[in-house]
Amino acid sequence: MESYQIETKNLNVYYHKNHVLKNIDIKIPAKQLTAVIGPSGCGKTTLLKSFNRLLEIQEEIKIEGQILVDGENILDRKESEIPDIRKKMGLLSQKPYPLPMSIRDNVAYGLRIHSNKNKDEIEKTVENCLQEVGLWNEIKDRLNDPASRLSVGQQQRLCLARAIAVQPEVILCDEPTSALDPIAAQQIEKLLLKLKKDFTVILVTHTLRQAKRVADYVIFLYFGRVAEQGPAVEFFNNPKSPETKAYLAGEIS
Amino acid sequence: MNTRKLRDIIGTNLMRIATLFISLLFFLILVLLIYRSTLVLETHSITDVLFSSIWNPDNGQFGLSAVIIDTILVTGIALLVAIPISLLSAIYIVEYAPLRLRRTIRPFIDVLAGVPSVVYGLCAFLFLAPFVKDFVAPWFGVQSTGLCIFSAAIILSIMVFPIIISLCIESFDAIPISLKEASLSIGATKWETIKKVIFRAAAPSVIAAILLGFGRAFGETIAVNMVIGGTIRIPSTIFNPGETLASLIASKYGELMSIPLHESALMLVALILFIVVLLFYFLGFLLLRRAKKRWNY
Amino acid sequence: MNKRTIEENIFKILMIISLCIVLGSLVLIFGLVIVNGASSLTLEMITQTPALTPVGSTPGGGILNAIVGSLLLALPATGFASLIGISIALFLQTDFLRPAVSNAIRFMLDVLWGIPSIIYGIFCLMIMIYIGMSSSLIVGMIALTMLEIPIITRCMDESIKMVPIGLREGSYSLGSTKFETAVRVVRRQAFPGILAGILLGLGRGIGDAASILFTAGFSDHIPTSIFDSTAALPTMIYNLYSTPLGQSKAFAAAFILLAIVLVISVLSRLLTRRFKKHIIK
Repeated sequence: MESYQIETKNLNVYYHKNHVLKNIDIKIPAKQLTAVIGPSGCGKTTLLKSFNRLLEIQEEIKIEGQILVDGENILDRKESEIPDIRKKMGLLSQKPYPLPMSIRDNVAYGLRIHSNKNKDEIEKTVENCLQEVGLWNEIKDRLNDPASRLSVGQQQRLCLARAIAVQPEVILCDEPTSALDPIAAQQIEKLLLKLKKDFTVILVTHTLRQAKRVADYVIFLYFGRVAEQGPAVEFFNNPKSPETKAYLAGEIS
Repeated sequence: MNTRKLRDIIGTNLMRIATLFISLLFFLILVLLIYRSTLVLETHSITDVLFSSIWNPDNGQFGLSAVIIDTILVTGIALLVAIPISLLSAIYIVEYAPLRLRRTIRPFIDVLAGVPSVVYGLCAFLFLAPFVKDFVAPWFGVQSTGLCIFSAAIILSIMVFPIIISLCIESFDAIPISLKEASLSIGATKWETIKKVIFRAAAPSVIAAILLGFGRAFGETIAVNMVIGGTIRIPSTIFNPGETLASLIASKYGELMSIPLHESALMLVALILFIVVLLFYFLGFLLLRRAKKRWNY
Repeated sequence: MNKRTIEENIFKILMIISLCIVLGSLVLIFGLVIVNGASSLTLEMITQTPALTPVGSTPGGGILNAIVGSLLLALPATGFASLIGISIALFLQTDFLRPAVSNAIRFMLDVLWGIPSIIYGIFCLMIMIYIGMSSSLIVGMIALTMLEIPIITRCMDESIKMVPIGLREGSYSLGSTKFETAVRVVRRQAFPGILAGILLGLGRGIGDAASILFTAGFSDHIPTSIFDSTAALPTMIYNLYSTPLGQSKAFAAAFILLAIVLVISVLSRLLTRRFKKHIIK
């Protein structure tokens, strides 16, 4: 029986009085890759950012309902505990945003905030993370260079290394390959497939083909509502809702 | 030639002339100041002028060291007070203040920036100076008339607040929200994000803002002139009266205008002001360019 | 409560204190001027010029000479500076010069903005003496114009810079010359920013004392020709602030100056907001 890492119950999100997410009830299985798909502007990113309570840094956001992570409603927690919630979830954005520091400091950023490791342990962890994302050999003698000097594809892998350095349980990916060239995009996809063995990966994507390639579980959002959700095999071969059928047939995009 | 082409040529040339005019003005001012300073430099070496503290034009002595020391004190104290207060205010306004508060504060800051120097000087003379005389100086065990270096520094810092604050707000606002999200999503607190990420990303602009504030403080003539006391002597405390390079020109120009040698000395002071501002702006320009290359935000 | 939260809370308190200091000083200054100025602001004060009074008694009359003088100095100066400024700003932006040259000119403008205004006074004074004129309205006007040009130009420059390059390219591809693009497309898009720059220059020009101290002279009368000396609000404050008997006039003048600054600030916001409707994002 699968265990569900994240569940939402009756989640409603309002942005400037627009009802962006409507009565969302979903379950995200642990240690699998869940793809969140749907036409642009349907609230996929909003849903993703509600999981690590990153929505709240914007003004005029109202969130109702429950978001259960490992059985606990994170919306109940106090503001001072939010950084710890966020530590559990890594975020990979659409455009890579390396922090304005050296490559090493980027990866070590989270380590220095959260753990008490000494300098050598941090060095080791940085190396491990960079190895995990396949960057180590490319930059091992450039660790002190500013991260902005890397190529876009390398920056994105760096952001991934930065995210896994603090040992999250979940990795949230917001269309992480849309700004990358096909080769770099492929590298990221391969990495996500590798990482899903140790982390729960939630991937927002607007390309059906990408979802078909990597997803174990699919959630289809249509204009703020969950049109369908389920294991990928069933979703792609046996769609149940009419919107899903239309989307898969390419009638809506 | 049809009218369209004619209009085009005239218009373009008018623009060209205007631009030429302003470029010439820059060099004309510089050249004039240099030219007029040479008279005093023929008979007094530059080291004498800069390092002697005796200012007695009738005796041919033009020592500026007391004035220079006063300028450094006034500008230094003003910036020491203004920089932390301005930075903290700016951070609060951008990151912590509720939206409505933020919207109402911005216009206040702009208004503060528009208040003329004379008005600051007037308020300082009639209220800050007595306050310093009756409360602040005695607290330090010093007797003072209130017209002193300290008063000038305080009123200057108030004048510098809006400059640094509004520039900092602009640069903090310009940082992409996704950068903040990147830091927060690793579990950093808002303050840690500000310290480690926002400041770094905005650092070049913050430094430029500080340099601009320095320029204002260094060159402020009128307000300082009204409260600094006008004495040219090396101060023993900051509650002594003094004179800065800028306020000196305003104080002495009337009396010295008629004698070429004396006037030349003041031209030298004006030249020093021009060059210092020029150097600091150049420094800022270099810093900004280098920082943009390194971090490209 | 761990160490990180404690640190954040300490700094939050410091931030609020800092903000209070800043706002407090603003309130203090305005309060002082309003309280002291309002009491001196009689009808007599603003409609009369200073009266001749026996030495030792409170000077009578008003500050009309300064009010009119300030307007006569600053308004034409701002007008000229704006015309020159928009020409320079458009020229810099519309691809006439190599970028290196344009940036050098921008740098010079920044320096000219940053130097103490008394240098403009000295410069104009030198020329004035050389030509053989005496301090008068026209010399003061010229000094103010020079003072305002860098301010207005750079503000306009910055707002024109924000015009998306696609707009300009679109105009060129329709066959417009550079000049026409400058005047038709760029100017309209940047209009709110241009207006804001002009108002900023005006505010600075009306309030500046150092540049007109030696160039505009001083007078108890309203100037009748541009070769007359004239009083102005800032110079009046500067001349009267230390004399106990003159302080009521000084505060009245300060009150009017602050009112002008406020009006300019409010006007600037209103106009910017109103014209922002027409621009394309």
